[in-house]
Amino acid sequence: MSAVEIAAAVRSGQQSARSAVEECLSVIEEGDAEVHAFNLVTAAQARTRADEIDAAVADGRDPGPLAGVPVALKDNLCTRGVPTTCSSRILEGWEPPYDATVVEKLHNAGAIVVGKTNMDEFAMGSSTENSAFGPTRNPCDPNRVPGGSSGGSAAAVAAGFASIALGSDTGGSIRQPAALCGVVGVKPTYGLVSRFGLVAFASSLDQIGPFTTTVADSAAVLDVISGPDHRDSTSIRDSLPPVTDTLDDGVDGLRVGVLAELSGDGIAPDVSARLRAAIDALESAGARVAEASVPAAVFGLSAYYLIAPAEASSNLARYDGVRYGLRMDASNTPDMNTATRSAGFGDEVKRRIMIGTYALSAGYYDAYYGKAQKVRTLIINDFASVWEQFDLLVSPTSPTTAFSLGERTADPMAMYMSDVCTVPVNLTGQTAMSVPYGVGDDGLPVGVQVMAPALGESVMFRAAAVLEASLR
Amino acid sequence: MAALARLELTDEELDRFTGQLDELLDHVAEVEALDVEGLPPTMHALPIANLLRPDTPGEVLDRDEVLSQAPVAENGQFRVPPILGEAP
Amino acid sequence: MSADTLDVPGLGAPADTEWETVVGLEVHAELATETKLFSASPNRFGGEPNTHIDPVSLGLPGSLPVLNEKAVELAIRVGLSLNCRVQPSIFARKNYFYPDMPKDFQISQYDQPINVDGWLELPSGKRVGIERAHLEEDTGKTVHIGGGGRIHEAGYSLVDYNRAGVPLIEIVGHPELRSAEEARHYVTELRSILVAVGASDGKMEEGSLRVDCNVSVRPLGIDRLGTRCEIKNVNSLRSLGRAIEYESRRQIDQLISGHPIEQQTRHWNEDDGRTHALRSKEEDYDYRYFPEPDLLPLDPSAEWVEQIRQALPVLPRDRRQSLAEAAPTVEADHIALAVERSMDELALAAISGGGPSERVMTHVIQNLADGVGMLSPESLASLVAMEEAGELTATQAKKVLAVLVESGGSPQKAAQSLGFEAMDSGELETLVDGLISEHPDEWSRFCEGDNKLTGFFVGQVMKTTQGRADGKAVTQLLNARRG
Ligand SMILES: [Mg+2]
Ligand SMILES: [Zn+2]
Repeated sequence: MSAVEIAAAVRSGQQSARSAVEECLSVIEEGDAEVHAFNLVTAAQARTRADEIDAAVADGRDPGPLAGVPVALKDNLCTRGVPTTCSSRILEGWEPPYDATVVEKLHNAGAIVVGKTNMDEFAMGSSTENSAFGPTRNPCDPNRVPGGSSGGSAAAVAAGFASIALGSDTGGSIRQPAALCGVVGVKPTYGLVSRFGLVAFASSLDQIGPFTTTVADSAAVLDVISGPDHRDSTSIRDSLPPVTDTLDDGVDGLRVGVLAELSGDGIAPDVSARLRAAIDALESAGARVAEASVPAAVFGLSAYYLIAPAEASSNLARYDGVRYGLRMDASNTPDMNTATRSAGFGDEVKRRIMIGTYALSAGYYDAYYGKAQKVRTLIINDFASVWEQFDLLVSPTSPTTAFSLGERTADPMAMYMSDVCTVPVNLTGQTAMSVPYGVGDDGLPVGVQVMAPALGESVMFRAAAVLEASLR
Repeated sequence: MAALARLELTDEELDRFTGQLDELLDHVAEVEALDVEGLPPTMHALPIANLLRPDTPGEVLDRDEVLSQAPVAENGQFRVPPILGEAP
Repeated sequence: MSADTLDVPGLGAPADTEWETVVGLEVHAELATETKLFSASPNRFGGEPNTHIDPVSLGLPGSLPVLNEKAVELAIRVGLSLNCRVQPSIFARKNYFYPDMPKDFQISQYDQPINVDGWLELPSGKRVGIERAHLEEDTGKTVHIGGGGRIHEAGYSLVDYNRAGVPLIEIVGHPELRSAEEARHYVTELRSILVAVGASDGKMEEGSLRVDCNVSVRPLGIDRLGTRCEIKNVNSLRSLGRAIEYESRRQIDQLISGHPIEQQTRHWNEDDGRTHALRSKEEDYDYRYFPEPDLLPLDPSAEWVEQIRQALPVLPRDRRQSLAEAAPTVEADHIALAVERSMDELALAAISGGGPSERVMTHVIQNLADGVGMLSPESLASLVAMEEAGELTATQAKKVLAVLVESGGSPQKAAQSLGFEAMDSGELETLVDGLISEHPDEWSRFCEGDNKLTGFFVGQVMKTTQGRADGKAVTQLLNARRG
């Protein structure tokens, strides 16, 4: 059952929230030993919450639009009194004294948290292999990665462990695993969803978004978690009209651009074929399709791999062994800081802290960080002129289907190339989502990326709904 | 660079990272060739400004709850080994 | 002249060289807000350790800063009262590891501060340039356990984050001060401005006002600046003066003995009265400043700034000017003192109520140091009028003033209750004539020009009248009789 269906059944009293949760917990029990989507399953709290929802229904109180829907949270979303690790040794055992805004909103909407999902440590990675607690496997093929960094969340939804999962997307960390696991994944416009309570990786790029099995479910979740929040300065102060309201409006007359720079070189032929099929589906639904070009988009990856590590190097300085998390003993504080960080962070985190420290250091700032921020402007300007001609852009979400575990771990550059299609919109703040669109030659899922200008969620979801329907 | 980031790398890590970082820096060096003269840097993708909060006191954290998460606490405070010197 | 002496002003100078001390000050003031700069926990001095904390001021993962509107308003008030340009600004991260910094970076303003290019006028009339006055957050506090509480010898340290995130304004002055005394005047004046506009309580003893001073020396007449040292830990006006004097002497001695000054950060030690090297310029830390991505640009509207400007109180400088205009013959430092003690309003009202300005200011400076109590400007005005008319002597007026401060009321009534009835001139003449005939020898010596005897006769009159007579009137009368 989809999230929307579960909520309808629970709200109408046809199904109890408790039974929805029990069903979910038993699927987890059966399957997660192999998949390892979860760092922690919060079964007891989930049951308690389910009973509260059922009591509300029995009392005739409104249990919320997502009543009884099991939800999995990426383990970088703060949950009060529940360990939040970012899949890092350095935060192992840390219990935040507060809930993230999105967690609060989901809770108030009646959704039930069933656990915290595995991820690349501090969201740095594209395969969920950089977790201190071991990799997550792709439910479609256990020898393949689920993508990352929100691989646990994508896998949880794909495996039926939860109807909804939240992830965070800094350079593609929702869309790429969604594509690789065959589910819907959305990166909202920067500022549309509050980041309060999201453990920061790269503050100017991070956004929280949903994973679901259907487009309508993602729309429902987005309508719940979006909106202004006075605890996040970068939160957009106006609310968007509900995306759900216009979901079925179709794409007739919409101008759709195929983003040339992200759809040609380096894209696997079977992935390209699925993109072609998606384009045909949009065209037969009345969209006007043409090629679009954003020349600067090819520099997205380079700008991203300077900006994100720079911000991360500063965001991750606080893990120093003084206030929370891991501490390694040493005879003085500087040595204690160093020992703690050296033992607590994994390779990829160390690599990015090093790059970021370098990019910000005196003498290199202008050449690296400063330059990257200007390249960002260039990409924004290029996109701005494309948006004068198009309502939407499409591209593959990932250049390939899911790769094998261990295939790219020794070669960071190959791993970084997995993000080539997804990174540009993080730099521009625009919204984008991945819609599953069939399978490749290996029988593994392929995702199509739909992009819209900032706050263009409504139009983007209309196209996603058309694509989804065309497969039925 | 490692010292500035309070990281200590083993020789093995250093060997591995150096090559990887060089490769990345080679790749990102492509931005150096771009002509972005006169373009302002983008710090925020969206052109918004001035979010201000009224000066009204709100909730404080419970000290015991916070200190229960501390690696070492003493007398209501966070305990650290000798600091050695003043802040830079 | 060697190459060295060309590069380094004063290096190897003869012992009798005249030197000039050059001082530039960086003042950090805690802003008088209810809450912290980026979060809603209270901004309050003292309290049990780690009780004024919230996720932001503790740097917890997932926490985000949100800027306090009042802190911005206070910063603008400071900027405007220091004649700065208020401009669009951004916050930056200053990255360094230190246990009192919850995030291991400080949110400060770097290349685009809110206030720039101002000046502050000292009571002497000299203007000192203000480079910038920017917003930033304070750090927590550490106490060092063992080793006598000294950081270097301590066994371990304890950290309290109550102060972390308290809003600070950092006011950076140009190196235009030329002595320890001028530096003290600068800080005094700056503090009066901060207090006057309600930006800070200005308490140096509680650390809400902290001064770092950059000191260099050069032979008088040389334009180039010498190498400076920055002195930290100056906790009072007195130690500010002492530290600058010590440091400039140290630098002069070193230059005379042929050793160039090394650019250093130095620590003032109140106990031994010396500055000690903390670290040199070569150890300069790489702070890796970059724009704070979690905060938006700050661009206060012209209307808001104008509204803040309109609501500013009259500043000490303008108050001094008004008082100086009303009391043109009174010395500048007395005017400044009256303003510093916030007695200028009383003085102005008394003067405009008809009180002669010099007499008003005499009371304000000499007799009202402990406050004005119940004294109203009207009674001060009529008190000095009575003095002027010879109805009260200076000594009597002082006693009357004490009564007025204590319990208010009119000076006439107070004088009466003290038994200070003015003598009429007839009574005084009779008394003086009597004394002349009682002391013929003294009178003839006085008539021969021995003026010391004025004191003798005035003393006799005072004795007889128990101080009721006006000494000046007696002297006049004696001179008139002598012819
Ligand atoms: Mg400074
Ligand atoms: Zn400062």
